[in-house]
Amino acid sequence: MRETANTSLVERTWPGYLRRDGRKGIRNLILVVYTVECASFVAHAVAAGEEDVHVIGFSGCYDNAYAIRLMLALATHPNVGGCLAIGLGCEYTQPAKLAEAAEQSGRPSDWFYIQNEGGTKTGTARGKEALKSLRQRMDAEAQIVPMGWSDLVVGAECGGSDGTSGLAGNPVVGRFYDFLVDHGGSAIFEEVVEMIGLREILLSRAATPEVAAELDATYRKAEDYCKAVRQYSVSPGNFAGGLTSIEEKSMGAFAKSGSRAIQGVLRVSQTVPRPGLWLLDSVPDNHFMQFGYTNPNDTEGIMDLISCGAQIVLFVTGRGSVIGSPVAPLVKVTGNSRTFERMRDDMDFNAGTILEGSKTLDEAAMDLMEMVGDVAAGTPSKPEALGHREYFVMYKHQDTPELAAGCRA
Amino acid sequence: MSQRRCFQVHPADNVATALDDLAPGAVRVLGAAGPDVAAGEEILLGHKIALRRIGEGEDIVKFGVPIGIATTAIAQGAWVHLHNCRSRVDERSSHLDVKTGAALDTAYA
Repeated sequence: MRETANTSLVERTWPGYLRRDGRKGIRNLILVVYTVECASFVAHAVAAGEEDVHVIGFSGCYDNAYAIRLMLALATHPNVGGCLAIGLGCEYTQPAKLAEAAEQSGRPSDWFYIQNEGGTKTGTARGKEALKSLRQRMDAEAQIVPMGWSDLVVGAECGGSDGTSGLAGNPVVGRFYDFLVDHGGSAIFEEVVEMIGLREILLSRAATPEVAAELDATYRKAEDYCKAVRQYSVSPGNFAGGLTSIEEKSMGAFAKSGSRAIQGVLRVSQTVPRPGLWLLDSVPDNHFMQFGYTNPNDTEGIMDLISCGAQIVLFVTGRGSVIGSPVAPLVKVTGNSRTFERMRDDMDFNAGTILEGSKTLDEAAMDLMEMVGDVAAGTPSKPEALGHREYFVMYKHQDTPELAAGCRA
Repeated sequence: MSQRRCFQVHPADNVATALDDLAPGAVRVLGAAGPDVAAGEEILLGHKIALRRIGEGEDIVKFGVPIGIATTAIAQGAWVHLHNCRSRVDERSSHLDVKTGAALDTAYA
């Protein structure tokens, strides 16, 4: 693929926002974070009509270390330049601590409790005022620098799959990933529960024996999880549609990882340690409360990828989808030309050209690369332009002693 | 009807996926395309066709990797599915209806 990539695409740069930790953002957003469901209405009212303001948060009143780590990771994401945390005033999760962490990372930040401000109207007005002053500080402090492929972290997920996803949608992402990694970038893929049956193949992709052991442990945990919840990612409809084995279905999903060596396993909210290809493990760890599902919906998985610092996420959907994401633009890829035509306003990239024979896999991967470069340079993706900001986080447990434990530590 | 088509993902694959409902006769192979193949039977869209003769016990290869094992000798152009290919990990998928995928190993009465 090195040979087929043209020089101007390889050397392409675009303006990025340099953050204190050295990472670079492709957007300069203000993140409004609500710390309990009771504060979410005011949070959305504050963000309404503000193009550069996205909303995330946590619904639970009782806090959760996993959710706090995720909120901290998003508040200090490279695409985020400022943070406003909004609490009701009686929940466990502390907005002051979130704002403090964001401020310490070099991002202008503020916070308040709605109960102290007087209510919906005064809270919303307080939030709108905060946005103005945060924006002023962000404009004054912004460091705009050139950014290229080696500064980029891309995530990939599939959902709403059909027979084309394994043949075209996921393979085109995989080919692009090969290229991205070869040019110093970072690529993250997930859905380890959809790799059941591929243990040897997964392990053979490990960069080192240590990584192979790490992948094996992750694989075995996913297998145990599938056994415990008595569900594998394959159904009678899949068989009726022509899939013959779980290996075949898994391989179709695994195709989005491309062919390069896997550098290691990330947990949710863990920043990519160095460039290369990484597997994200979003499966819950054993816990006395046994809570958490691995990926209850597509949005949850997308937020996991963004929590690891992905500035752009590729979402492969054969049947079509109308979701987007806060913090990092979602680029929607389909391998089904009919889906692309029918849902043209929502779909960014048509990999169906590979199945029709009008493009080779390499040509389509180059086209996808151009599109990713355009989105990185500021062109809104389709869901981004439509204002889609779907967000989801839930109570979950992961053992991550190496990460900051969050507000309660 | 215009030329019926199937798609081969990887050069090492011994099966390809039907992009149309296939009837006995010539089928164009797209993708990592080897020579065209003649379908020996009806094969529905999304299902697999053998690109060459596959012996009993041989791997069924798609995406360049084994996705199952041939439980019987498979002729070139034949439909490859639950009736002649089994998973190496999921024993249960060998107990499903070959057309509908419905489980046959669950008692309802």
